[in-house]
Amino acid sequence: MSQLPKKHRSDTKMVPVPSHSIVPERDVNEIPVLETRHLGIEFGGLKAVDDFNLTIGKTEIAGLIGPNGAGKTTVFNMLTKVYEPTTGAVLINGKDLHGMSIVQASKLGIARTFQNIRLFDKMTVEENVRIGLHNQIKYDMFSGIFRLPRYWKQERKQHEKAMELLDIFGMQDLADEEAGSLPYGAQRRLEIVRALATDPKLLLLDEPAAGMNPKETEELMENIAKIRDQFQIAILLIEHDMSLVMGVCEGICVLNFGKVIAKGTADEIQANPVVIEAYLGKKKEG
Amino acid sequence: MTKAKRKRLIYNLITFALVIAAFIILQSMIANKMISRSLKGQLVPICAWIVMAVSLNLVIGFSGELSLGHAGFMSVGAYTGAIISGWLLQVYEVQDTTLRLVLAMVAGGLIAGIAGVLIGIPVLRLRGDYLAIVTLAFGEIIRSLVNVLYVGVADGKLHFSFLNKNMPAGVSMLVDGAKGAVKIKPVATFTAGFVLILITLVVVLNLVNSRAGRAIQATRDNRIAAESMGVPVTKYKMMAFVTAAVLAGMAGALYGLNSSTVIPTQFTFNQSINVLVFVVLGGLGNVLGSVVSATLLTVLPEVLRAFADYRMLVYAIVLILVMVFTNNPTIRAFADRLFAPVKAIFRRSKKKTAGGDAQ
Amino acid sequence: MIFLDNLINGLSLGSIYAIIALGYTMVYGIAKMLNFAHGDIIMVGAYVAFCGLQYWGLPPVAAILVAMAVCTVLGILIEGLAYRPLRQAASLAVLITAIGMSYLLQNLALMIWGANPKSFPRTFINSFSIQLGQLNVSSATIVTILANIVIMVALSLFINQTKVGKAMRCVSEDRGAAELMGINVNRTISLTFAIGSALAAIAGVLLCSSYPILQPTTGSMPGIKAFTAAVFGGIGSIPGAMIGGVLLGVIEIFGKAYISTELGDAIVFAVLIVVLLVKPTGLLGKPIREKV
Repeated sequence: MSQLPKKHRSDTKMVPVPSHSIVPERDVNEIPVLETRHLGIEFGGLKAVDDFNLTIGKTEIAGLIGPNGAGKTTVFNMLTKVYEPTTGAVLINGKDLHGMSIVQASKLGIARTFQNIRLFDKMTVEENVRIGLHNQIKYDMFSGIFRLPRYWKQERKQHEKAMELLDIFGMQDLADEEAGSLPYGAQRRLEIVRALATDPKLLLLDEPAAGMNPKETEELMENIAKIRDQFQIAILLIEHDMSLVMGVCEGICVLNFGKVIAKGTADEIQANPVVIEAYLGKKKEG
Repeated sequence: MTKAKRKRLIYNLITFALVIAAFIILQSMIANKMISRSLKGQLVPICAWIVMAVSLNLVIGFSGELSLGHAGFMSVGAYTGAIISGWLLQVYEVQDTTLRLVLAMVAGGLIAGIAGVLIGIPVLRLRGDYLAIVTLAFGEIIRSLVNVLYVGVADGKLHFSFLNKNMPAGVSMLVDGAKGAVKIKPVATFTAGFVLILITLVVVLNLVNSRAGRAIQATRDNRIAAESMGVPVTKYKMMAFVTAAVLAGMAGALYGLNSSTVIPTQFTFNQSINVLVFVVLGGLGNVLGSVVSATLLTVLPEVLRAFADYRMLVYAIVLILVMVFTNNPTIRAFADRLFAPVKAIFRRSKKKTAGGDAQ
Repeated sequence: MIFLDNLINGLSLGSIYAIIALGYTMVYGIAKMLNFAHGDIIMVGAYVAFCGLQYWGLPPVAAILVAMAVCTVLGILIEGLAYRPLRQAASLAVLITAIGMSYLLQNLALMIWGANPKSFPRTFINSFSIQLGQLNVSSATIVTILANIVIMVALSLFINQTKVGKAMRCVSEDRGAAELMGINVNRTISLTFAIGSALAAIAGVLLCSSYPILQPTTGSMPGIKAFTAAVFGGIGSIPGAMIGGVLLGVIEIFGKAYISTELGDAIVFAVLIVVLLVKPTGLLGKPIREKV
C-alpha cells in the first residue's frame, strides 16, 4: 500500500462532525449530503449490516472498503431503497428516506452504478443515458405518440444533454452502439454517465474499476475527481483497487462483517492495525 | 440525424409503405374482381389479427411481460362492439354503418382499456411466470363471464342480466349467454381495418420511440436499474399493457362486426397462443415482423388446405425451434458462423454504397 | 348430506390436482421453470393407459405401469431436447418453449388418436361404490384419495431420506454450488422430470377414472388448475402442492355447487389471483430476495 503514486493523494483537511464521522473542512457548514444513523438490516435473523453510521460532506469523495462479504453492496442497496433497512435511518440532504421507494430515492438525488453491470442491454448508449434523463427532461405520452411540438423540443434537449454527458468519458462516438455490445470498461463508464444524467447530489459507485486495466483505472481516478469538481456533488465508492481508493477518496470507511471497524483519511486507514488485520488476518503468535 | 435514428426512420417508413401498398393493391384487385371470395372474406380478420399481434408485441417485445390473455381483451371488444352497434341500430335507429362501426370500435377499445386497467393493477405487481399465468387466468375468467352474460333490447332500453336469462317480454337479444352475441349486422369493412392498422402502427411505433417508450423498454431490460434511474416501472408497464388492451379491444370490435355471431369459444386461450405465435415468429420487438407474420399465418392455412390440418402442429414445432435457436448460445454461435460469409458480403456491399461513411 | 357429498368429491378432485401439482412444483423448485406441457403429459398418460386397456388387453395395473414408463421417457426427452438448451435463457423464452411443447403434444395426440372423445374403460378403480350411511362413495374417489396420500408420503421420504433426494434439494437451493459439490445437475433435473411425468401418468388415469372423457385437450385445464394449486400452496413446496391441490379441488366443487356451475373455472382462477396478491409466495412458500 505504500508505493502508491503520490500525485493523487488527497490533501483535503478532514474535520470531525458530531455524528462520529469526518467530512472535508470545506463542507463542514453545509448540510451533509448523506447521513446514516444506526443503519442495520437482517436477513433471516442474520445481521448483514449493523449500526452503520456515516456522514458524507456535500462535495466529498468517500470510499467504502472492506473484505468480500462485509456488507458494502448491502449498504448501497439500503441507501437506494432496493432493500428496506431493519433499523436506523438514512438522510439525504437532511431528508429521511423512510418509507420511500427506489424511484423516490432517485428523485431525492441519489444515483448509483451496479457491481454486476445493469445496463439496458438492447438499447443504444444514448438511449441508456436518456433513461437517466427521464425525470430531468420530460414530456407526456401523448406528445410522444402524436409528435406534438413539445416532443421535438424535448427530444432535442435530451439528445444534447446526453451528448454533453457522454463527452465526460469521450464516449460520443459510441452513442449509437448497442449498450450490451460495448467492451467491459466502456459499460462501466456508461453506467456512471447514466447515473450522472439523473442529476444526483450523491453518486454511489459500486466497484467502478472492476475489470479495468491499470491505465483505465488511472483515467477513471482522474475522471472521478473531475466529475466531482464539475458537478459539485458527493461521491461514495466501493472499490477493491486500493490505488484508486487511496488516490481519490478523502474520507474512507472500512466495513467488516457488517460493522464499521475504522473511519479516517487514506493515511490513517493504511496505518490502522485493525484494518490491516481485517484484510490480512491476524498474525499468529510464535 | 444520428445513424440509429436514420435506421429507425427507414424501418418505420418501410412498415407504413408496405401496409399502404398492400391496401392499394388489394383494393384495386377487389375493384377488378381479381380476388377469390375466400380471401376477400379473410381481409377484415387479417386486419384484426395484425392489430392483435402488433399490440401484443408492445407488451411482450417492448415491455418484456408475457401476456397469455390477449384474446380476452379482443373478446371484450367484440362483445362491446356487437352490443353498441345493435343498441345504436335498434334504439336510435342509426342507419349509417360507418358511424356505427366507428362508435362500436371506440367503445370496444374503451371498455377493453378499462378491463386492461382493472386487470393490470393486480397483474403488474407480479413478475415473470406468475404474471403470465395470471393473465391466462384473467383471459379464462373473461371467457367464463361472457358465457353467462345476457344483454337484450326492450322498450328502447338495454337490459343486462347475469347467470340467468332474466329479460322482459318482447326482448330482442343482443348477447345470449353461451350462444354468444347474436344477430349482428356485419358492418366491418376492409378500409376500417386498414385505418385501424395505421392507427396501431402510429401509436406503437411513435410510443416506442419516445420518452415513455424508452422507459417501457428500460423496465424490460433491467427493472432494478430502471427504478434506480427514477423510472416508475409499474406505471410504464401499465401504460404498455393498457395501450395494448385498447388496441385489442378495437380489433375485437372490428372482428366481431365482421360476422353475424360472436361466440365465447372464439376467444379462448388457444387464440391468445395464436397471437403469441405471430409475435414470436415475427420477432419480439419487431413491429413489421408482427404485421408480416400475422398476415402470412392467417392467409396460408386458407390457401394451403392440406396444410390447415397440420397448422397447429407446425406452429408448435416452429415455436420451439425458434426459441431454442435464438436463445441457446452454442446454437446461436453456430448459426452466426454458418451465416458469416453471407453477412460479410452484405456488409461489404453496404460499405460500398455508404462510401466514406464506413469506419 | 349434500354438503358431505360435495366435500368428498372436492377431496377427490383436489387429490388429482395435488398429484399433478407435485410435478409442477418439483420442476419449478429444481429447474426454476414453469413446465407448461406438464398438463399434456397427463393426457398422454391417460391415452397410453386407454390403449393398454382397450386395444392391448393389458390388466389395469400393467396398463398404468406402461403409461408411467411412456410418460417418464417422454418427460426426460422433452427436458433434454427443448428445455436443456435453454438453461441459461430468459424465463420468457423458456415459458414460450414450454407452451410450444404443450401444443406439440396436444396436436400429436390429435393426429394419433383423433379429435373424437374416447370413453375411458372401467377398471378396478371405478367399478364399485361404498355405501356409508346415506352417503354413496365411489371407488374412484377412495382410490384417488388413497393414491394421493401414498404418493405424498413416498415422495417426502424419497426427497428427505435418499441421497438422490438430497441432491435434488441441493440443486433447488443453489444450482451453482450443487455443481461444485459434484452433483450432476443435468441428471438431477432429468430425474425430476421423470418423477413428475410418472406421477402425471397416474394422475391421468385417476382423472379419467372419475371423469371418463378422454380427448387431446383433456390435460390442459386440469394442468393449469394444478399449477394454480401449486402456486396456491407455495411453488417449490411439496406439502404446499398437497394442501393447495386439495383446497383448490374443494373450492371448485363448492363453487360449482353453491355459486354457479358455469363459473366454476372462473372461481378457481379468481382464487389464484387473490392468493398471489395477498401472499405472492403462496401458503407455504419461502420469500425470494432478488440479488442486486
